[in-house]
Amino acid sequence: MSVQVKFFASLRESIGKTEVIVDNANSVAQAWSIATNGADMPSNTLCAINMEYVDSQHSVNDHDEVAFFPPVTGG
Amino acid sequence: MRIELRESPFNPWNEIEDYQQSLAINGSYGATATFVGTMRDFNEGDSVKAMTLEHYPGMTEKHLQKITNAAIQKWQLLDALILHRVGEIKPDDSIVLVAVWSAHRAQAFDACRHIMEELKSTAPFWKKEVLEDGSRWVGKNTPG
Repeated sequence: MSVQVKFFASLRESIGKTEVIVDNANSVAQAWSIATNGADMPSNTLCAINMEYVDSQHSVNDHDEVAFFPPVTGG
Repeated sequence: MRIELRESPFNPWNEIEDYQQSLAINGSYGATATFVGTMRDFNEGDSVKAMTLEHYPGMTEKHLQKITNAAIQKWQLLDALILHRVGEIKPDDSIVLVAVWSAHRAQAFDACRHIMEELKSTAPFWKKEVLEDGSRWVGKNTPG
């Protein structure tokens, strides 16, 4: 099972990755951990699966797109 | 309803006029409420030269659709126009336009404010400011 992990904005820069494929993650938090080699997730990190907001404990399915990003600042 | 991300500058007043002329709701709307957000040349005490607006392609559009559809339902809007810049932005450029059309003013005022606040707090956009001596991500939006 694999998921596509994406990072945006300041997280993309601090993690140093834009996209990575992660195998054998059961949850969003696990996908983060594998994709970042065990980095701590900043407490204000927002998570999405297939472009919908979820919390970090949400389960993931094969081929999901999992995204991590900082608080949004548009408008 | 139209939702668009723009990579180049736009004139919000022309956009409103053009969009309104394209609508087939003449005679049914009694109120139009608009919000235009414009880039300042200062933030948190520093001079800001330019800004880059990053977004999450796909999720941004999907999320704006969701916010706008919910507002159309809740306030029985007749139509709505949302434009948002992405990419490189200069001071005085319009960043965002929210315009809504409804039968009465209360619906238009409330819906326009609601869409704007939801966009600010949940739509996946991120600002990076270019200062005199480097650049920085904007950590959070101002409260209002």
